[in-house]
Amino acid sequence: MRPVAVAGMGKTAFGAFPDRDLRSLAVEAGQKALENGHASSSQVEAFYLGNFAGPSFVGQNHLAPFVASAMGITGVPATRFEAACASSGSAFFHAVSAVAAGLYDIVLVAGVEKMTSQPTPKVAEILAAAGDSCGEVRAGATFPALFAMIARRHMYQYGTTRAHLASVAVKNHQNGAKNPLAHMRKVITMEQALAGKLIAEPLTVYDCSLVSDGAAAVLIMPLERAAEFTDQPVRILAVAQTSDHVALDEKDDITTFRAVQTSAAKAYSMAGVTAADIQFAEVHDCFTIAEIIAIEDLGFVPKGEGGPYSLAGGTCINGERPVNASGGLKSKGHPVGATGVGQICDVVEQIRGQAGERQVKRNTLGLAQNLGGSGATSVITILGAA
Amino acid sequence: MNDLSAKDLRSGIIYTETVVYSAPEAYVNDVPYQLAIVELGSGRRVTGRIIAGNEAGAESERAHIGDRVQFAEFRDSIPYFRKQS
Repeated sequence: MRPVAVAGMGKTAFGAFPDRDLRSLAVEAGQKALENGHASSSQVEAFYLGNFAGPSFVGQNHLAPFVASAMGITGVPATRFEAACASSGSAFFHAVSAVAAGLYDIVLVAGVEKMTSQPTPKVAEILAAAGDSCGEVRAGATFPALFAMIARRHMYQYGTTRAHLASVAVKNHQNGAKNPLAHMRKVITMEQALAGKLIAEPLTVYDCSLVSDGAAAVLIMPLERAAEFTDQPVRILAVAQTSDHVALDEKDDITTFRAVQTSAAKAYSMAGVTAADIQFAEVHDCFTIAEIIAIEDLGFVPKGEGGPYSLAGGTCINGERPVNASGGLKSKGHPVGATGVGQICDVVEQIRGQAGERQVKRNTLGLAQNLGGSGATSVITILGAA
Repeated sequence: MNDLSAKDLRSGIIYTETVVYSAPEAYVNDVPYQLAIVELGSGRRVTGRIIAGNEAGAESERAHIGDRVQFAEFRDSIPYFRKQS
């Protein structure tokens, strides 16, 4: 396997954009990534697209060639990947694997979701289809409800509190307020976060990520060719994807995401690093409890200490190990299919030293953790300065 | 989960639970409702609903982690439980 690098990246703003359709968002991100990597569409040898529910949200199937052709990319493989909220993380994993194996050199990977054209109950229903439709979903589980049950159990087993959860939301909004592309650039207080409207006990509206439209893309290629395209290549030290049960009631311990642990172990081994070496991370905070569990499962803190560590400021931009300096899914927004590649763009920006007010101090080794559903898919990417 | 009979279910212990206030389209008329994962005697877990006397939020009827619940009935093949007094 040969080393692979990110040579270009592009993101749209995340938000509610009534005048934008799915294709225009994906094309904008894709073209930005090509421009950023100084490549033309005719050089692209394969197109990988992460998208969770375009058919349900906007009634469009066959999305990868639909998007690729609008960028002038035809005559090459163009394929859509679906893995719930890890759709574009999975697309990235398969694209990097193909380049590493020598199948292609120049590959464009994008993620996109257009969610805000549907009313909230319909959005909840479409998202819930990433759960077990024969069991939990039929019983009335939404994703907030599944993560609420995870939070309750985590509170019961480890003493995690509402304040621990709220501290994640407050920190991510603080960071997102500094991100010009974030959906909700608004600072919130601890009091607000604690007094939010209940969605599924104990989670309030401030514990939940946002329903957003948006897209992100990266241009990848063998490391040895990256210098032809950019003077700022970022090396992909590892990318690993693993799976677990879809239904929450089939997991033996819901306070941990086994797939995050297994994919992280693979990624650390592939990159030749340990959890302690990771300087900063973008993690999948679809709900505040998910960030707390992520930092535990990634080995940043011992099991059960994610809440106290977050409340103490360990994950702030100026903390010991910055997590979600971008604002995370909570403040930046969570256009489901765009999230995985969006996180990779955020890590690339940090390593290139282009994160502006959000820039972390130690920026040579970063990690992105993308979670699908309530943990049935996990993709871990480790990026480093080339 | 559909392979479970009333006999398999009988009773169990709440492994985790939530009360849902924001529902998917099909259940908007049910809110608030209590959803739970119940651990059965066999160790197997099932996702179902907890029936409340009045409404799901009423504290006297709320089932918490560790509480024993009894199977009440199937509705649309989903098991409904009631807190054991």
